[in-house]
Amino acid sequence: MMDSPHAGYILASYLLAAVIVAGLILLAVIDDRTQRKALEKLEAQGLRRRSTGKTGEA
Amino acid sequence: MLRFANPTLFLKLVRWLMPLAAGASAVLLGWGLYLVFAVSPEDYQQGATVRIMYIHVPAAWLALSCYSLMALSSIGSLVWKHPLADVSAKALAPIGAAFTFLCLVTGALWGKPMWGTWWVWDARLTSVLVLFLVYCGIMALWTAFDDPARAARPVAILTLFGFINVPIVKFSVDWWNTLHQPASVFRMGGPSIDPSMLTPLFVMASGATALMLALHLAGMRTEILRRRVRTLSQQLARQDGLNHDG
Repeated sequence: MMDSPHAGYILASYLLAAVIVAGLILLAVIDDRTQRKALEKLEAQGLRRRSTGKTGEA
Repeated sequence: MLRFANPTLFLKLVRWLMPLAAGASAVLLGWGLYLVFAVSPEDYQQGATVRIMYIHVPAAWLALSCYSLMALSSIGSLVWKHPLADVSAKALAPIGAAFTFLCLVTGALWGKPMWGTWWVWDARLTSVLVLFLVYCGIMALWTAFDDPARAARPVAILTLFGFINVPIVKFSVDWWNTLHQPASVFRMGGPSIDPSMLTPLFVMASGATALMLALHLAGMRTEILRRRVRTLSQQLARQDGLNHDG
């Protein structure tokens, strides 16, 4: 493949795909950790959702 | 199935389904990349450039699939007003936008050596660009509201309005004379691609779909947590207000 005159285009496509996938995964992990920490902090102050144990609320 | 439409039960389901989808994605994409670079042949006309297809085509399929799922979630949001439906729609928007962006850029990277141009304003390319802009508009509308429950309805209406573009993207190559080639996989009379290229394409597409599922589940879980944080923060603000008044 590297001897192809268009190897740069192919490489750029796969690199971009890798960057986008890595970015999506990284953002998902960071966002999840941020929300988890914020929730733990609030719950440590004794706060609980009124619907805890019930169903229906997101 | 409806049992899992409850956020608490859904979170339990995500706990084992998300690692499963992420694992399947890693295995399938690894296998797919091996097939793409070590097994699949070069095209007799395009040479090695055909390898861009294994990224571009799954990205295009997922761009449309994410939007279709978002439209289904929007129906759930408008008709049943179920909070998980708008959580699902909100989590899908950035994933769909990312795959649409990848489709557009890899299309340009494929177009330059094959067509001699990065871009033409033909119906397929333009309708995919419109799809990307609609995704951006939907994400902007989500952030325009403080309360996600208030945002759900206008976002769902915009999403369903934007769904008009999905069949236009799919059938643009049949309805208009485009530089972009017509469908070569999902078409009447079966795929026109050789099995030696079709197999890696399906493996890569399956891996990308599993990745999309894992990211969607992760995004939904985070959105549920975000809404819980919001509820508790409001509760805390009310308590502080009462203490201050007292």
